[in-house]
Amino acid sequence: MAEFKKADSMLEWFDQRLGVVNFAKVMMTEYWIPKNINFLWAMGVLLSVLFTFLVVSGIFLLMYYKPDVNMAFDSVNYTIMQEVAYGWLFRHIHAVGASVVFLVIYIHMFTGIYYGSYKKGREMIWISGMLLFVLFSAEGFSGYMLPWGQMSYWAAYVITEIFGGIPVIGDELVVWIRGNFYVSDATLTRFFMLHVLLIPLLIIGAIVLHFYALRFPHVNNEAGEFFDFDEEAEKYKAGDKKGSKVVPFWPVFLSKDFFVLGFFMLFFFYLVFFHYGFAMDAINFDKADGLKTPAHIYPEWYFLWSYEVLRGFFFEIGGISGKDLGLIAFGIANAVFFFMPWLDRSPMVKPANQRPYFKYWFWFMMVDLIVLTVYGKLPPTGANAWVGFASSLTFLTLFAALPFITKAEAKKVGGK
Amino acid sequence: MKEFKILAVIVALVGITYYGIEPYAHHVMHPEVAPADFTFKDLKNVDTSLVGNVENGKVLVEANCIACHSIESVGHPQVMPNADAAASYGVVPPDLSGAGWIYDKNYLANFIYDPVSAMKLQHKFTPESGKAFPMPSYNWMSAQEIMDIVAYLQSVAPTAKSGTESHKKTFEAACGRCHSMAYAGLESTTPIDTIKTYMGATPPDLSQYIKSRGEHYLYSFINDPQVLLPGTAMPRTGLNKKAQEEVIAYMEEIGDRKKAERESLGIWVMIYTLIFAILAYLWKRKIWSEVH
Amino acid sequence: MMDESRRGFIGKAFGAVAAVGGIASLIAMKKTWDPLPSVMSAGFTTVDVSGLEANKLEVVVWRGKPVFVLKYTEDMKPTDGRSVKIGDHYFSVMIGLCTHLGCIPAYRADQHDFKCACHGGEFTDAGINKFGPPPRPLDIPPFKLDGVTLVLGEEGPEYKAMMAAKA
Repeated sequence: MAEFKKADSMLEWFDQRLGVVNFAKVMMTEYWIPKNINFLWAMGVLLSVLFTFLVVSGIFLLMYYKPDVNMAFDSVNYTIMQEVAYGWLFRHIHAVGASVVFLVIYIHMFTGIYYGSYKKGREMIWISGMLLFVLFSAEGFSGYMLPWGQMSYWAAYVITEIFGGIPVIGDELVVWIRGNFYVSDATLTRFFMLHVLLIPLLIIGAIVLHFYALRFPHVNNEAGEFFDFDEEAEKYKAGDKKGSKVVPFWPVFLSKDFFVLGFFMLFFFYLVFFHYGFAMDAINFDKADGLKTPAHIYPEWYFLWSYEVLRGFFFEIGGISGKDLGLIAFGIANAVFFFMPWLDRSPMVKPANQRPYFKYWFWFMMVDLIVLTVYGKLPPTGANAWVGFASSLTFLTLFAALPFITKAEAKKVGGK
Repeated sequence: MKEFKILAVIVALVGITYYGIEPYAHHVMHPEVAPADFTFKDLKNVDTSLVGNVENGKVLVEANCIACHSIESVGHPQVMPNADAAASYGVVPPDLSGAGWIYDKNYLANFIYDPVSAMKLQHKFTPESGKAFPMPSYNWMSAQEIMDIVAYLQSVAPTAKSGTESHKKTFEAACGRCHSMAYAGLESTTPIDTIKTYMGATPPDLSQYIKSRGEHYLYSFINDPQVLLPGTAMPRTGLNKKAQEEVIAYMEEIGDRKKAERESLGIWVMIYTLIFAILAYLWKRKIWSEVH
Repeated sequence: MMDESRRGFIGKAFGAVAAVGGIASLIAMKKTWDPLPSVMSAGFTTVDVSGLEANKLEVVVWRGKPVFVLKYTEDMKPTDGRSVKIGDHYFSVMIGLCTHLGCIPAYRADQHDFKCACHGGEFTDAGINKFGPPPRPLDIPPFKLDGVTLVLGEEGPEYKAMMAAKA
């Protein structure tokens, strides 16, 4: 071991032992981000902040929450909401945060698709991001069960029932997941474990992977331009801050993020205090009752599009029942975004509106997803069922057509 | 400028989605119903324009009502304890001290004339069902006599007060014989097993109904349950507008007791966040002025 | 040379032992997730049908699910392969969960049918889907007849005959 000389300052003392000066450079002051970006590039930091909010509010909820079918409902709606000082605030932040985090995830995700930030070396960023989406979905679903209201129960019932459609093992799998023949105490406690421990651990791991994956291919920029980061960084360090195409993560990039964050928080706290109904469904203030189905069952808004793909197929086609078709389509819908980097056959990294064919695909997809989301909530009766079928089919068709559209586009622009 | 365009596109997409899944979907799933009618104009058996005679009303009440009903405000005590009363009648008969104040005059008169039609429970107490409502119809009385009783009940009723205690009293008189309110420590005065037999199902605990149903729904539902839930065993209770508002206020005071704290704290947090955002913007401008 | 192959063998053996341990742990974890024995054995419910009223739906709970027991009136026709004859009367015995998404349909006594409030599915008195999204008739729980007592969760000859007829 090398000889340690006596440290002159606290910073030096830590630097000798932990290399904090170099660490700060690598992580903050010499971590380079493109300068040509807009506020959509702040979504990552927004998500980190929201995740922190969820963890902190979750810790305080955990102090009074009781994962037991007889106590869960009152521990949330009486103890936490009415007795614990600011318990209601933590619950509102947790519930609204869980809903809004998906809004930001979707914006983040479609920003990535719009600017083509998933190809030419950025595949792992995309995949780790999609992994986070799946983990957040599992986290949202398991957490929604915990207040043990009517919607908690019936959403859990309907979603676990979906696994029953898997051939051969389906029925047993459902019982295995629930730990009982029906959604019961065993189900609640195991989903509690998933929600507060296992999935958060996996999320933290996936966040680290996601951030790490950004290091080698670097963050994309608004024009999809590729340039030499080292060269631009040298330019910046040499004092040509205005001429360099990059800025350091701290303080330049983060100063912009904090500005976006400030106004986003204004919106977020407005929802938390004054407009939380969309995230805390009224029906969930009725205690779970396994023998009384609510008139309308729907998942939280962020699952509606895939839920609509599931139930969009409601009649038999070619000897396969509507239920099985829906299940297959649902499986595809949840996996297909992972394959974006390979389904997009055009090497072009440009904003969608500068791509001759892809732009149509992108905006069609946006419209289709909104239609799926809205009809995923409406009762699937009469014409609604057919709109659901058409938009589900459109969703699958768009993905099936993507390789051909982008191939044709590559040909048209001549590989540029 | 370009960033504002991007923001506008996102706000539009989010706004359309929000409109579809919230206001629009709610409108589809919960269509508007006829507005609450606090005059109970469908009830026309008694001419309520007649002026009641309080003295005669008192005589009639003492002859006809207090065998079953207490009127504690004027010293007629309960005939028997709640559990025994519930066992005899199926449900505890109401104390009439506040009847003249919480019930609409037209409703009360018509209720005395024929309780089942006033409550809109003809579907429950059918001749075939073999069930009969515990209180008989007083349709043999003249309209004048009924109005005398109403006048008497109104004369002994307390005048309206505000505040949670008075809201609680109204709630107990109007709802508390069948419904519990666990978060206020209130249990239905009719024992739960008895009321379950009487109603066919246990009437729900109302602790969180202000949240699960919402004020808007409750406002129509309490006024006439059959409009929103055809066939329900819950009677139309005939509360007047003021009493119904007190009941809903009480449900909010119990079910959402942090509302005032939430709303006042909300303002402060919004102001704080606005200051945060403005300073963040100024700081960002300063930092970026070096690189642009 | 000897050393190389021996190290290769030891390495493989170590890997194999580690893999066995890993798989064994996974099996143990899978079993920890299994329903408890008490849950599995609490799967039987008995119903005495002698006291039931015709055209009035009786709902009993079996394994957390509502089971419909409906006694037919004289003018309700039995359905082959679905109606059960107990004594002199026909009954429907079925799981009261809509085969679409598991809501509980309500019985409409005046029309002798079931209507699911969730997505509008309708079933006949014998539980056959006649309208809407449900993909198949209401499921029939395994049952056994013991005089006028119905045992849910056990497979009696009547149930087996029904299943055989369906297949």
